[in-house]
Parts: sequence; structure tokens; C-alpha cells
Amino acid sequence: MSYHHSQMMFSQPMPRQSMAEADAYTGKSAETRHLKPGEISTGTTIMAVQFDGGVILCADSRVSTGAYVANRASDKIAQLHDHIWCCRSGSAADTQALTDYVRHYLAQLAVETGRPPEVKVAAHLMRRLCYENKDNLMAGVIVGGWDPVSGGSVYSIPLGGACIPLPFAIGGSGSTFIYGLVDAEFRENMTKDEALALVKKAVSHAMARDGSSGGIIRTLVATEEGNEKDYVSGNQLPYGPAGW
Amino acid sequence: MASSGSGYDLSSSTFSPDGRIFQIEYAAKAVENAGTALGLRCRDGVVLAVEKPLQNKMLVAKTTGRRIHTVDEHAGVAMTGFVSDGRQIVNRAREEASSYNETYGTKIPPQTLASRLSAYIHYFTLHGALRPFGCSTLVAAYDPATSKHSLHMVEPSGVSYEYFGAAAGRGRQPARTEMEKLAINPKTAGGTGEGGPDDNLITVAEGVKQLAKIIYTLHDESKDKPFELEMSWLCEGTEWKHAGVPRDVMEEAVTWAKKEIEEADEEESEEEDEEMEE
Repeated sequence: MSYHHSQMMFSQPMPRQSMAEADAYTGKSAETRHLKPGEISTGTTIMAVQFDGGVILCADSRVSTGAYVANRASDKIAQLHDHIWCCRSGSAADTQALTDYVRHYLAQLAVETGRPPEVKVAAHLMRRLCYENKDNLMAGVIVGGWDPVSGGSVYSIPLGGACIPLPFAIGGSGSTFIYGLVDAEFRENMTKDEALALVKKAVSHAMARDGSSGGIIRTLVATEEGNEKDYVSGNQLPYGPAGW
Repeated sequence: MASSGSGYDLSSSTFSPDGRIFQIEYAAKAVENAGTALGLRCRDGVVLAVEKPLQNKMLVAKTTGRRIHTVDEHAGVAMTGFVSDGRQIVNRAREEASSYNETYGTKIPPQTLASRLSAYIHYFTLHGALRPFGCSTLVAAYDPATSKHSLHMVEPSGVSYEYFGAAAGRGRQPARTEMEKLAINPKTAGGTGEGGPDDNLITVAEGVKQLAKIIYTLHDESKDKPFELEMSWLCEGTEWKHAGVPRDVMEEAVTWAKKEIEEADEEESEEEDEEMEE
């Protein structure tokens, strides 16, 4: 047991961000110890970046249950409203449920006020849900989008339910490997192409080092004009085995 | 003038044969007999004014029996009619504004606040043992998301509209006539300069004076009780926060108003003299 534990410390590069460790499922596998039986996790890399004109959201596509990749091409970027999106990390079930609630409340609000909701409002709703139910959730979310009041904005909502407005945000298990890279390379008011290049590079690097991240890179560009969804397939990543 | 309900006016859940609900009309009557409340949407803000009749000489005026209340930083409400009913509406408005902010993280838009109050007031016109509110409510608010200020009025029936100038209470008819003379309608004021359609409208400073003048003009010394004037504004000058108009500004406005009224009276009596000479 002790040998197994020390192996976990070196081969699992980061401690779990689980807040529920005390009553976590104590199964055999180290990877699934924090999950409920059979639950799948989006051990993940997600990122959102403000640029001149809007916001870019980016995510890997691996969904894992322990060492088994349940879905290698999932879409972790969910739409909350016309120009508001969010990246999901943590428990897939929890983040899907949260996304559904926020989408519902935003739609109601848009009908009542007769105007597109602000990204700030979407982030606030998400954060209220994450905070009030923090004991039962494991969800790290990045909300990003465009609205006529503030233009492009990014809000990071980590475990526990804080809501932090930022020029760029990264999240998920893979994000720990790229803090330095993104801190060094991010600049304010980049062009769309510069920002796209940055997110793809950063997420590629994370996917190369994090076992729970992989697959393809999905990107979403949200501007006043509309949304552009795109992806980079696994053999064309800017950095990784194919790119060496 | 009083129409006979003849049996169809006992409950607010009864229509009359000609399609009226008399209880709601009677509620409106309660407002019509009360002190005048005015609201004016100006270029750089909104002004509210209420004529507060002083019931008796023992009253501590100026601080008690307020008819204008702050609902949220960016919104204020003036009421006339049954003031106790009005207090209920103010409390509800505060709850709506506060819960909206808690849920959505932004200030409640003026239109939304007005329509929530509408729905609340309307509820009392058709539910069981409840009676309609005997109070009209003027809502002045600013929307940070669109940078627009607006004035709404909600009546006892629950209808609410957005206004350039709104009047409720005893002197509302003549007040409306006077307000129409002011430059408060962007369409007729003819402004499409650099500032946009609001360009040629009067400012709140001017609005304060004009409302004071209207209230003093309407007040009949012989018939009505002595009164106190209560005013508030929500404007660029207060950084879009609802606040009472400072005493010195009000005093200046009242002095100006009284002078204007005197001069107008002198002119009238001069004209009369001229006619008589013929």
C-alpha cells in the first residue's frame, strides 16, 4: 500500500483538486478514487483568452474513467446563449447539469428583459450554482463570450465557486503544466489569429504532458458578428508527437 | 361624476355589464384625491416631486411621512394615494431589485423593475379577498448596461408605461398641460446634435425649478391644506444614484417658482385692467 502510494505521488504529477476527499470513493485505482463508482471525469485542459474583438475558448477532447478513455473526441465547449459559451472541466455529469441550468435561466432572463444577457450575468449564475452546491459538485468552469455592454470577457469559476474576471484563464488537470507558458506568451489586445495560435500551442503542450488530456483541440471564437467553431485534429497539433 | 356601481362594485373580481371593474376605478379615485406627484425625464437625469399635504400643525415635517423612497442605488420611487399602500409597494420594489442583483449579478433594468411592480400591483386586483392598491407609483431609474435613464408610472390597475413627464394625484390634469409645454419629448424638442436625440431637452436643474413651479401653481391657498414639497433626482450630477434634491437647490427653485407665479399674476391683472379701461 505504501509503495503504491509513493508511486502515485511521482507518476501522478498533481494532487487531485477534490474538495470531497474525506468522503471520496475509496476504490482500488488511484485515478478513480475521487470519482463516484462509474462516474466519468473530464480530466482536461481548458482555456479562454480575450482578444481584440472578442474571446476564444479552447479545450482538449479526452473524457476518461480512470485509465479508460470514454470519449476521445468530446466537445467540452458548451453554449449558454447566443454569444456566451463555457468550457467544462471536472465531473462531466456535474458540468452538464450546471450548463443546462444556466442555459435555462439565461434564456428566461433574455425573454424578460428583451436584450441579450451579459457574460457577467452568465458567470454570476454559474458561480451561484457552484457555490451553493459546492459540497456536491466537482466542476471547474470557464465562462467566456461577447456582449454589447462589455465586449469580450472571460470569467474563471474554479472548484468552490469563486468568480474571477480575467484577461485569460486556464483550467483542468492539464492546465498546471502550462501556467508558465501562458504567462510568458499572453499579451493584451492580440489579433484573432495571434490568440488562436496561442491557445492551440498552449493546449497542445498541456496535452503532451497530462495523461488525462488528449485527442483533438476544439476552438470557439465568439465575437459580435457570431461564433466560429473549429478543431485541430490529433495528428496536426502544433506541439506533440506528430509535431516533433 | 360618480358612476353608480349598482351591485357590480362590491368585489374586484366582478365585471360590470359594460366591461368595467369598479373597484379598480375606485382605487384610482383614492389616488385622484391625494397630493400631486410629478416625474420629469430630462436630458441628464430624472426628477421626482411630491406635494405632501401637512395634516396638522403638530407634524414633524421634512423627515417623516416620506413619499419618495430609494429602491436601489440606481432607482427611486415616488408615490401618492394611500401612503401605507405605497410603503408596501416600495418594500416589494426593494425586494425585487435586491433579489435580481443577487441572482444575476447586475442592477435590475428599469423596464424590468416597472413590469415586476406592475405584476405585483395587478395581482391585488384579481385575487380573492385582497383589495387593489390605492396608490400610483412613479419609478425613476438608470440602466448601467445601456446608459439610459427612464421614468415609469404604475397605476392601481397594474398598467405601467414609460413617460417623458408623468403626473398623478389631485393636480394631474393641469400638471400635464404645463409639462407638455416643456422640452422633454426628444421628438418634438428637435435635437439630433452631437449628443443625440436628448440634446435639446431641459436639464435636471431646470426640471427641478419647473416641477416646483407646477406644484406651487396648482396649489390653491384657500382650498388646500398647507403642504411640504419633497423632491429627488437621479442624474449625471449624482453619478446616477438616486438622492434627495439638496435643500439649498430646492429653496432656490421654490423662490424662483414663487417669483414666476407672482409675475404671471401681475401680467394677468395688468391685462384685465387694460380690458376694463375700454
